[in-house]
Amino acid sequence: MSAHWKLEAKREALETRACVLHATRAFFLSRDYLEVETPNRIPAPLPESQIDALAAEPWWLHPSPELCMKRMLAAGYARIFQITKCYRGHERGPLHLPEFTLLEWYRAGCDYLRLMEDCEDLFIYLSGAMGIGNRLTYRNREIDLSKPWERLSVKEAFDRYGSTPLERALEQNRFEEVLTLEIEPRLGNLKPTLLYDYPLSFGSLARVSKDNPAFAERFEIYVGGLELANGFSELTDAAEQRRRFEKENEGRSKRGRSPWPMPEKFLEAISRMPESAGIALGMDRMVMLFADAVSIDEVVSFTPEEL
Amino acid sequence: MYSASDLRKNLRLMLDDDPYIVVDFQFVKPGKGQSLYRCKLRNMLTGSQIDRTFREVDTFKPADTEEKNMQFLYKEGDSYHFMDNENYEQIALTEEQVGEAKNFLIENMECKVLMFRDRPIDITLPNFVDVVVTDAPPWIKGDTVSGNYKPVIVETGYKVSVPPFVEQGEKIRIDTRTGEYLTRVKG
Repeated sequence: MSAHWKLEAKREALETRACVLHATRAFFLSRDYLEVETPNRIPAPLPESQIDALAAEPWWLHPSPELCMKRMLAAGYARIFQITKCYRGHERGPLHLPEFTLLEWYRAGCDYLRLMEDCEDLFIYLSGAMGIGNRLTYRNREIDLSKPWERLSVKEAFDRYGSTPLERALEQNRFEEVLTLEIEPRLGNLKPTLLYDYPLSFGSLARVSKDNPAFAERFEIYVGGLELANGFSELTDAAEQRRRFEKENEGRSKRGRSPWPMPEKFLEAISRMPESAGIALGMDRMVMLFADAVSIDEVVSFTPEEL
Repeated sequence: MYSASDLRKNLRLMLDDDPYIVVDFQFVKPGKGQSLYRCKLRNMLTGSQIDRTFREVDTFKPADTEEKNMQFLYKEGDSYHFMDNENYEQIALTEEQVGEAKNFLIENMECKVLMFRDRPIDITLPNFVDVVVTDAPPWIKGDTVSGNYKPVIVETGYKVSVPPFVEQGEKIRIDTRTGEYLTRVKG
């Protein structure tokens, strides 16, 4: 009885969800992107130390469509997007579901700076479709979506909002702690924030910054303290990528996880990949923003616990 | 051994050699980073609360606690006497150890006593208890406005707000988790 009532009460959020999905597709189609679908079940995911894949015997459910989409990019599909379910083990919280919906798009001939502008345009298109102009009200805050958004480097963010400078936080293995507990709540509260240039160890598939080799050309979008998307200039150096995957596998072993096999077809593909940039955006969280939801549970029809 | 991914509400674990219970728990994870587990924990000996953030690599010992099924026998002065249902051994708890539970303990009641190294530290009562009202101000006739409550005293000495129609000598049901009146019990 109570479960029935809970599902009924989600109607408004689920209508917002449908609207966000339709408008997102319309945005990319209007910009000549090709919508693609790639398999959700793959032989092995890319080696990443902090992501656990879920088994679909004898293969695995993809934690993101990155692997297949980059092979398409390398084969000449210059503008592609996909909205798909992704799966990650051991992730459940107010902002995490083990099965969630990701939007990924890739664009040849551009870098992460150009991609940031795509993000600004997408949000303005969506807020127009939702009929709210450029002003988003999220958790009693009015956030101005108009261009340009705030651009803040990770180093600046640690200096401005953190109790510990970036270098020291990295040495003490407290990067995530300072970022999530101290910095994130302060980001994107007046305008969305583009947090950019991550330490190299936190951008294993991203290109090294030309200006500063200790950093990767990676950025994240924050709106109202919510982490929404992760984008970067793609690494196209197969030898360097192989070294990084080996390092990620070492990280997996340290966590008691078995290493993943080297994704040889992927490595072969990225050596042929044009200069490009790509980004993954959490659709459930984006719906949370437009539905003014506090928990991801509010914007999906069923959580695993409700099944 | 527990690992951080075992953390959840009501888990009991050892921290700095004291037993703690997780009262609130949140999973957080920045993109591509390691998982963090933010917890609010209560020291089961002192009752004080602390905030701690754990990482995936952290491990914990389960709290050395054991839950025993017991029956409440009687109260004598400041001592509350219980009997272990398994070996019929009797133990006495002080009023302080019994804590809030003293408001709802009636003779022959079954409850769970949590032991930490032979020391009783917590009592879990049945969710509902039926008690006799021993002292109630009379019902002023015509006072039927809903939301109008009056205080009464029940057989354990506990004071509770009830609707005005409840009279002395009647039995009422109380939710031991909230301490609130639920309904009148007939017979």
